[in-house]
Amino acid sequence: MRIKKHPIIDFKFDKKLRFYFNNKIMYGFDGDSIASALHAQGVKKFTTSQKYARPRGFFCGIGKCSSCLMRVNGVPNVRTCIAPLKDSIYVETQDKLPLLPTAEFKDKPKETVDVDILVIGAGPAGLCASIEAANQNARVLIVDENQFVGGQLVKQTHKFFGSKQEKAGTRGIDIAKELEKEVVELQKKGKIDLMLDSTVIGYYERDKKNYHKFGVVKREKYENILYEINCKAAIFACGAMENMLLFPGNDLPGVYGAGAVQTLMNVYGVKPGNKVLMVGAGNVGLIVSYQLIQAGIDVECVVEAAPKIGGYNVHAAKLRRCGVPILISHSIKELYGDGKVEGAVIVKLDDKWEPIKGSDEKVKCDTVCLAVGLTPSTRLLFQTGVKIAFIPEAGGYIALHDDLMQTSVKGLYISGDASGIEEASTAMIEGKIAGLAAAVSLGYDKNKDLLKKYQIELKNLRAGPFGQKPRIANKKIEKLMEKKYAGL
Amino acid sequence: MQDYEKTGVLSLKDLKMPTKKQLKKGVAILECIQEIPCDPCVESCPVCAITMKDINAPPINNYEKCIGCTKCVGVCPGLAIFVVKIKDGKALVTLQYEFLPVPEVGDKVEALNRKGAKVGFGIVRRVVKQGKTMVITVEIDEDLAMDVRNIRV
Repeated sequence: MRIKKHPIIDFKFDKKLRFYFNNKIMYGFDGDSIASALHAQGVKKFTTSQKYARPRGFFCGIGKCSSCLMRVNGVPNVRTCIAPLKDSIYVETQDKLPLLPTAEFKDKPKETVDVDILVIGAGPAGLCASIEAANQNARVLIVDENQFVGGQLVKQTHKFFGSKQEKAGTRGIDIAKELEKEVVELQKKGKIDLMLDSTVIGYYERDKKNYHKFGVVKREKYENILYEINCKAAIFACGAMENMLLFPGNDLPGVYGAGAVQTLMNVYGVKPGNKVLMVGAGNVGLIVSYQLIQAGIDVECVVEAAPKIGGYNVHAAKLRRCGVPILISHSIKELYGDGKVEGAVIVKLDDKWEPIKGSDEKVKCDTVCLAVGLTPSTRLLFQTGVKIAFIPEAGGYIALHDDLMQTSVKGLYISGDASGIEEASTAMIEGKIAGLAAAVSLGYDKNKDLLKKYQIELKNLRAGPFGQKPRIANKKIEKLMEKKYAGL
Repeated sequence: MQDYEKTGVLSLKDLKMPTKKQLKKGVAILECIQEIPCDPCVESCPVCAITMKDINAPPINNYEKCIGCTKCVGVCPGLAIFVVKIKDGKALVTLQYEFLPVPEVGDKVEALNRKGAKVGFGIVRRVVKQGKTMVITVEIDEDLAMDVRNIRV
């Protein structure tokens, strides 16, 4: 299941690691997640559903859903998709609910950190926010759940669109490296601190004036250490999660978010399967389909429920040139298979999006990718008490914010997909705006003139027909913000 | 709604066609007709033949100015630029290729159209590596010049 040769990525499978899975000896490589190592050896069933004991595989691959939880070295509920594989660890499936570890943080010292700006998430938005703020001399702490910075850039092997300042023409994986380099430089200068493999678990009552308090759990060797973070401003750049689609069989191992498959093959060099059905012809569905072919995996077809292809024509065209059919007004009806995906039934839809009787067609496949949109990750934001609204054009619930990306609570900012689903290029600019605005608000204002420039860049990127959704979303947000302030 | 929005495949009527004379010297066909925010091709052009009104406008190639240098081919994030040159009853098509194995000069490859169907064979005439991107020139029959847009090695 390993990808041995790839046209874009040089995988290094250097250091072999040995571990135990349900008492069996297994092997993986340094750099693997537990999930990728298991997957590479053909293990696709990760959990069992509580009620009907149905087998489940992992879905999101980026630590946002719960379908990959296992017990590692006795610690329950470890998200194996983002937990690093280590030598000699002991991994077990959890067939029933695990016991709560007793008083995990009791008697353990808690560490306290004071910073100017806490940045939650080290993806394109969070990294740009951090670099911008640190360049203003603000002290920044970045917290991210993964083992590495870059967020979802680390799996984007395609070249980005946009213009020079948004690094157009550069592959996402290379943009991640460039941003990482800048962060490392600022780390050396003592302006940025980085906490990886760490989760911001909550927002707490402040005991210092003008400070926001967050709790962070850092994982070390699958054990948890509690941190208290006090910051004058916080930037939520916590990304988004892929949407699920309702149909019979959607929980069979072999059904993944398209982004999860991208992670598996482009980060860990593991094939998700051999024959893929892609659901959704937006940019994600089109791009991941193309990348599957690059990894040597067959894409049977792309089905799209809408009567037209949603993504860029250039992405659709390069897929069609490879002979992959894109079926518009088609959806997935159901999946079949014994404990794993063995095939799908697709169906044609009429102009009211209703299935047309007798149009069922079987598609043989072992993998189904869902590329049916994303939902902003806002759970932590909900807790802070910022004003939140449901805005379909932004992908769901999002925190209202002004043109400096500040929410309704002073000092709390958002950027990237967490502020509405868009492209990585817009996420980077939003991050720059949030980082700069937060630094300026704290008195680090040497380059505040750049704010206008970034705002214009952002507006320009959204000016075309593909920027219509974010434009509508932003109009709605603006209106709701006005309403809120009118009432004050 | 345009046909290509349903199929993903552009037809010749969607494109600005060069004249025979222009094809003889070789020109870049920009198969990028939607308004998307992107402009590396404009920056790459050494003779300023490619222009766009603003970052969202589709690029336009001035075939009179274009020298067919193929610099824009490898920078296009959409893999949507093809340089076509007609010479002695043959056509040379230069395109981006991002798969393995990478062909070598002289190799015989399958020539595919915009739907991925094999329409003939081609001979690889040039392979240029730009980072991880391969820019490949393939020689095909002249009548396939505006049809062949991919190869299978």
